[in-house]
Amino acid sequence: MLTSIEKDIRSSFPILHQKVNGNALVYFDNAATTQKPQEVINTLVDYYSQTNSNIHRGVHYLSQRATEQYEGARIKVQKHINAKGVQEVIFTMGTTDAINLVAQTWGRSNIGEGDVILISALEHHSNMVPWQMLAEEKGASIEVIPIHEDGSLDLTAYKELLQKGVKLVAVNHISNALGTINPVKHMTSMAHEHHALVLVDGAQATPHCPVDVQDLDADFYAFSGHKVYGPTGVGVLYGKEHLLDQMPPWRGGGEMISSVSYEKSTYNDLPFKFEAGTPNIAGGIGLGSALDFVNKVGLDYIAKQEDLLLKAASESLTAIDGLRIFGTSENKAGVVSFLVDGIHPYDLGTLLDQMGVAVRTGHHCAEPLMNHFKIPGTIRASFACYNTLEEVEVFVKALQRGLNMLR
Amino acid sequence: MTNKVLKERKEEIIEEFSMFDDWMEKYEHLIELGKELPLIEEGSKQDDQLIKGCQSRVWLQATKKENNHVVFTADSDAIITKGLIALMIKYLSDLPGDTIAKANMDVLEEIGLNDHLSPTRSNGLVSMVKQMKIYGLAYASQE
Repeated sequence: MLTSIEKDIRSSFPILHQKVNGNALVYFDNAATTQKPQEVINTLVDYYSQTNSNIHRGVHYLSQRATEQYEGARIKVQKHINAKGVQEVIFTMGTTDAINLVAQTWGRSNIGEGDVILISALEHHSNMVPWQMLAEEKGASIEVIPIHEDGSLDLTAYKELLQKGVKLVAVNHISNALGTINPVKHMTSMAHEHHALVLVDGAQATPHCPVDVQDLDADFYAFSGHKVYGPTGVGVLYGKEHLLDQMPPWRGGGEMISSVSYEKSTYNDLPFKFEAGTPNIAGGIGLGSALDFVNKVGLDYIAKQEDLLLKAASESLTAIDGLRIFGTSENKAGVVSFLVDGIHPYDLGTLLDQMGVAVRTGHHCAEPLMNHFKIPGTIRASFACYNTLEEVEVFVKALQRGLNMLR
Repeated sequence: MTNKVLKERKEEIIEEFSMFDDWMEKYEHLIELGKELPLIEEGSKQDDQLIKGCQSRVWLQATKKENNHVVFTADSDAIITKGLIALMIKYLSDLPGDTIAKANMDVLEEIGLNDHLSPTRSNGLVSMVKQMKIYGLAYASQE
């Protein structure tokens, strides 16, 4: 029986009420992307029906309205992550784009031969490859913070690695593959003691917990709209103002050239210095609406609900013969990654799909992590605010049925 | 003459799959088929036999018999994939290379394999068939 809150939330998501292969859809692939509530969908439709216009220029009514809504969304983001000012909130195309921006601007000007960039063993390819590319270009090196068996970071090893001339630590707030919640505040203060900067990949964190960039003291924080109930094609890079000020621009074009000349620098115009060309205006406004939705439902409720589902799923899964859960640290978000002895994840994922259950199989863009565990990949179920215990039961039954067919 | 063989095999396969009402039963059948897969000899699996474009690992080997027919053996670490290869081998193996290279693959669509597999898996299937046809062509050109 669904609670009234659960019913309420689910009724806001039109996409959930469909059948897949004759069965009700159970969408457990939220770490890949979340579904959108009607209010976010309405925001996009309303924008294109009533407001669409290019922003930051033109004195006509529509352009001013569009600009107000877009910059209004930026203020929403600023408040949501508690950035000091809106100039520290850069709209990007997503997390990957944000990280590449930092690697190509801050990275190019600050990383040199022999410098060390520290990444964690848990990183998504998007918080790994841009640094590899930079290191290759500059003759710098990448070192990896190892993990314990339970998928938590080895902080003792981290402390030792920090002694080695580290310029930057790039770490995820929450692991998309294992669900581990990393102690990024603590890790950031340790890094700062050693004069290293910290970039946090917050893609999985914004849908699960409050993010306070001042409290974390992160130098850079990146996240994606589509992972937090917002549209694809938009994301945010937060950076401390003094850092963003020193960084040269990345993409050149309209919007990022200042019309006023300054003594110190030509590109002293945040956040627009890093926003060349016409942005994903609808996307930015949609992201604002998604954050409104999250605040309306409440991150407390969301965390509690996901925790409930995580516990129920983990308990049922552990009872299955030959099943191993990867990522069993104390502090986890609503992600459960597992394998069953002798069964290829792809077989199980395919059968689950036939029964209407959407999970993800494979390496989850964390191939080195899978290699570390010596596995081809896992099956990953990841939860969002609209998932329910009933769905977890359906998932477990479907899993058992699939296993019976394969064993 | 050999096209007659392909036609017969196609009809057999379609009839086999029409016996099952829903896709779960069809998958059960595929899993059973996978158990009948002519496996590559133990110890002779090579990495250069791996087919690209599959989420699971698939090895495919081809040899020519004295009557110039091309025979396939294969293996995979995923059971359903094994079933799919077994099905393809049932259709295409033990035929002249030329026939294999030119074989019509409508059978896939007629039993609904194109629809019911995820795009990545479908690509794997397509890669598998492509590789079998390349072998067919290669052996045919040797004659």
